[in-house]
Amino acid sequence: MTLLAVERIKLFSTRSPWWCAVAALVLTTGFTALVVGNADEEFPATVASTQFGYSFGLAVIMVLAALAVTTEYRFGTIRTTFQAIPNRTAALLAKTTVVALLSLVIGEIVAFASWGLSLLLQPQADLALNSTADWINVAGVGPVYAFAAVMAVAVGILVRHSAGAISLLLIYNLAVESLVSLIPNIGDDIYEWMPFNVANKFLTGAGASNAGRAAEAGAPMSTSPLSPGWALAYFAGVALVLLGIAIASARRRDA
Amino acid sequence: MPYLWPPPVITGTIGGVIEAAGLTKRYGSTLAVDDLSFHVEPGRVTGFLGPNGAGKSTTMRMILGLDNPTAGDVRIKGQHYRDLNRPLRTVGALLEAAWRHPGRSARNHLRWIARSNEIPQRRVDEVLELVGLTSVAKKKAGGFSLGMLQRLGIASALLGDPEVLLFDEPVNGLDPEGIHWIRQLMQALAAEGRTVFVSSHLLSEMSQTAQDLVVIGRGKLIYQGTTEDFIDRATHQSVRVRSPQLAELREALTRQGAQVDEDDGTLTVSGMDSDAIGELAFATGATLHELSPRRGSLEEAFMQLTGEAVEYHAGDHGAAPETT
Repeated sequence: MTLLAVERIKLFSTRSPWWCAVAALVLTTGFTALVVGNADEEFPATVASTQFGYSFGLAVIMVLAALAVTTEYRFGTIRTTFQAIPNRTAALLAKTTVVALLSLVIGEIVAFASWGLSLLLQPQADLALNSTADWINVAGVGPVYAFAAVMAVAVGILVRHSAGAISLLLIYNLAVESLVSLIPNIGDDIYEWMPFNVANKFLTGAGASNAGRAAEAGAPMSTSPLSPGWALAYFAGVALVLLGIAIASARRRDA
Repeated sequence: MPYLWPPPVITGTIGGVIEAAGLTKRYGSTLAVDDLSFHVEPGRVTGFLGPNGAGKSTTMRMILGLDNPTAGDVRIKGQHYRDLNRPLRTVGALLEAAWRHPGRSARNHLRWIARSNEIPQRRVDEVLELVGLTSVAKKKAGGFSLGMLQRLGIASALLGDPEVLLFDEPVNGLDPEGIHWIRQLMQALAAEGRTVFVSSHLLSEMSQTAQDLVVIGRGKLIYQGTTEDFIDRATHQSVRVRSPQLAELREALTRQGAQVDEDDGTLTVSGMDSDAIGELAFATGATLHELSPRRGSLEEAFMQLTGEAVEYHAGDHGAAPETT
């Protein structure tokens, strides 16, 4: 608990988490307002469509999480941290936990704010959360943000430099996964197992939350063969393996 | 070649509060710290002296468990740093004043450090008061001057009321008033029975602060012992001699066992005082144009000493005769 309190003090005594939270909220709800606000018969508002913009916030969350580590390397406070807490595993796990919890909370706020805004914009549309798929599509954004934050923390620990870590994360998130599917023959098979594609499977499942809207009029569906539950487990597993590698490396390297 | 320094003196005491044994750190092909053994005693200020790049900061980081030694071992009160429970209560350190988040206030900076070692929060205000930063406690550390940052760093070192204190170049960039303050603080801390280990590249600074010295050059131990002893040896006398019969005089001097160094028609003689040289010149029949005893400055001597470590490093086989 002590270590969690330490990381909480550290995180909230600087401004960047607040700015990132605001940016995630504004970008995601803004995009949702455009999608839902412009809905018509061909593109009806659905529960899924209220969350089309979640990857906007996701990118911001990953920046926040990476910065939480890389600024410590940049300003040398990571050394002060390891000096105060020589058990690096414990120190880094505490940091990851705090950043992941914050991301979870931001994810829920962003998701429900997007959904609530959609209710206001399209009062007559069927946006009620009346199935598991509907609930997962909205409330699932929080866990996805949380595990994405874990990945970003891990990359931050490995790369140490803000610019390097952030560009790596964003390029991967925005380009690498979708480009993989362009590789002939094997590309699609690999893409099925790319983590953010799988995370999308967790959120959207087989498309039930998008009922009433033609698939081609929505965001592309995930090609993952996993069930939503296993999809989340897979995404979380990738994040935790990455974190394990990062912590093992931090224990060995000079601070 | 300048007069040679006697080989490293290592006193026999075992059981210093800080105890390094065969400490070695290699970065790629460079040896930053080379088989370094020393000990630091409580109740005294021990200076850790060496030119820039001698391996002082690397050694300090290894003491604190931040860097892993390539070989060897360093312990604090018999324990490895990483095995200390709530280490800030035993060891306080100021390695780099710039280590703070510029967006975080001085108070919050100390708050998280205190929390990490279960140090009561009122201690934060105490140390802020002690270093004179109370009025700027809520200001962001990004706007602090170097002097204020040094004070903040010292505040964080003192947070856990530790019995061992490490300071890496604490007076760097400070004004005379700040330097005086830090000197007094370190002496006061040592007088309370604490172990104070402070690095510097300035012998003149250390000569005013430290009772004991650990001197390194190129990562190797050059000297460990009292500061007084070191200065006595470091500033021993040499005599400058000019004469038209330089070669004869030089030969005579060398025959008498003096250490002679020739540079541009001038001899620098050590191991023999000016009286003896004058008499020898008379006996040899050499005319003297100059015979001036000089006591080397501290810094000059220090440079010669550490420069010598470099020569040793390069594999110079010159013997090291006792010259004092």
